[in-house]
Amino acid sequence: MKPVETVSRPYARAFVEWARDREEVLCLSADLTGSCEVDDFRDAYPDRFISCGMAEQNMMAVAGGFARQGFVPFVHTFSVFVTRRPYDQVGMSIAYPNLRVRLMAFLPGLTTPGGVTHQAIDDVGLMRLLPNMTVLDCGDATEVETVLDVTEQVDGPVFVRVLRGVVPRLFEEPMQLGRVRVLLHGGDVCLLTSGICTGEALPAVEALADAGVSMTHLHVSTLKPFHDPTVLDAVASARTGVITMENHLVTGGLGSVVAELIADHGLGQRLVRMGLRDTYAHGGSLPYLLDYYGLSARHLVAEVERLVGEPLGVELEHPAEHEPVPPAAKAEAL
Amino acid sequence: MTTLVPNAEIERVADAVRRRVLVHTIRNNGGYLCQACSSAEMLATLYLRAMRLGPSHGPPVPVEFRGVPGKSPAVSGAAYNGGPGPDNDRFILSAAHYALVLYATLIEVGRLAPEALEHFNRDGSTVEMIGAEHSPGMEATTGSLGQGLSVALGMAMARRRRGGSGRVWVFMSDGELQSGEIWEAIGMAAHHGVDNLGVYLDANGNQVDGPIVDVQRIEPAAERVRTLGWRVHEVDGHDPDALAEPALEPPDGRSLMVIARTCPWQGIPSLAQRAPKLHFLRFRPGEAELALADCGLTMEEVPA
Repeated sequence: MKPVETVSRPYARAFVEWARDREEVLCLSADLTGSCEVDDFRDAYPDRFISCGMAEQNMMAVAGGFARQGFVPFVHTFSVFVTRRPYDQVGMSIAYPNLRVRLMAFLPGLTTPGGVTHQAIDDVGLMRLLPNMTVLDCGDATEVETVLDVTEQVDGPVFVRVLRGVVPRLFEEPMQLGRVRVLLHGGDVCLLTSGICTGEALPAVEALADAGVSMTHLHVSTLKPFHDPTVLDAVASARTGVITMENHLVTGGLGSVVAELIADHGLGQRLVRMGLRDTYAHGGSLPYLLDYYGLSARHLVAEVERLVGEPLGVELEHPAEHEPVPPAAKAEAL
Repeated sequence: MTTLVPNAEIERVADAVRRRVLVHTIRNNGGYLCQACSSAEMLATLYLRAMRLGPSHGPPVPVEFRGVPGKSPAVSGAAYNGGPGPDNDRFILSAAHYALVLYATLIEVGRLAPEALEHFNRDGSTVEMIGAEHSPGMEATTGSLGQGLSVALGMAMARRRRGGSGRVWVFMSDGELQSGEIWEAIGMAAHHGVDNLGVYLDANGNQVDGPIVDVQRIEPAAERVRTLGWRVHEVDGHDPDALAEPALEPPDGRSLMVIARTCPWQGIPSLAQRAPKLHFLRFRPGEAELALADCGLTMEEVPA
């Protein structure tokens, strides 16, 4: 595999640039301004930066109030604090009135050094349950940069899983609302990945292709609505089955979306859902956690082998078998 | 200086609100009657003296339910509180179970037709028991108590950015002071000096389970809110002059809270025998006649 280009703080720069001439765009923050990469926005447009304190329930309903008066508030905090603590406020003061509030949710799934309290393993499910809510999951730096344009197309609330820090750039084309990316087209297995799992899956998919497995690989960035006909065709035509891989519980997110699609259309496909299986996680580095919870490239290879019914002898370039991550390499700042 | 609506008119409206809610409660075999008793002067004063509202542009008889926001063209109960011009005030009913009292007030001040109450709590109607933002006089959906102040705070900050003299008024119940989000909002409003925001709090001392002092104390409410940086007035909640005076003072950089000390059986003293369970009243045999007599009415004046 060729080395992957990375981008540092793509959201920080993109949001400042994008908001420059959009006077209606406000930035709300709940004491995680640097952690959500909106410190640059605060410094560039102090008048449009609104500090809400560590009080997310109030922040959500305040955002609803701003939106009722024609502003477009972008609410920034960790995904757990968007989805769990203020769920009633998001539902009643933002989603029910169908207001143009953008919920910019950082540290999705296991992408946090913060442990169980900071791991948003249920956020997609919780937000997908809310009527009127659009649910987006960024998979690379390009999507983090271009999701801002996507939100503008939605006349209602939008929940976005945002990646921060050093983020790989996997795609050249901007994110499109309601459209998957077709990364590979083949007939044996249909693989759907979202968020950081797309980057995790790529080496495995490449190795599997080298081993002669014919795969379709779709990257999903819009979890709701989920009506792209490309998905239906790919899922229906997979010869051995379908695999979903997500940085989330297997319930409520991508795995559930695809299961519902299969059931709704009577496709009768075998579905393997990779993700957290009815469990909370614990604190650790991302590579460790992905491996521990069965979300590494090697786990994907094993699932494909099971589906096609034979060992493929695939060698991964960097097998991540319980390699301890040295403490110095771990992200410690929240 | 515009001429103030005289106290006699505020008192007439307040009495009429009580009578209308009483008759409605008898005809519907239950209602939020004590809330009408405690808040009638508050709402009458807000609509007739404290708030600056444009004329209603809502239909006198509200439209039927056509779907929720996002699924159908928007219908807003805010239309009954006048247009959204920058110098007009807005009104948020945070204690949504006071919807019946609000509807009755809108009727008595001429913003809603009396027939509107025939649609109250009927299937397919927007005149709901716990209103939503399609219900007459309601601009936000506040039935999950404790959120209205935050919504109003966001609206007030938004309106302040745009300029204009309009203020955002919130009608709250005292039980809501038990909710954490209220204190988050109080803190944020103080920190940002949001002085185009005002709260009228009906301190009738009661909540669903009974007296607030038994469920969970909120006092000293005025001191607690004042300590956080708000301008707080404690007034007799049945005295129009005392109620209106804080709203007529010019904004001074602080958010305003008027804690209205009220009686949950004001005007209908026979309701006192139902204490301490006053939140939702359904009359037992003989009680309706006593309540009507308190208001100078008889059962013959209650339509079938």
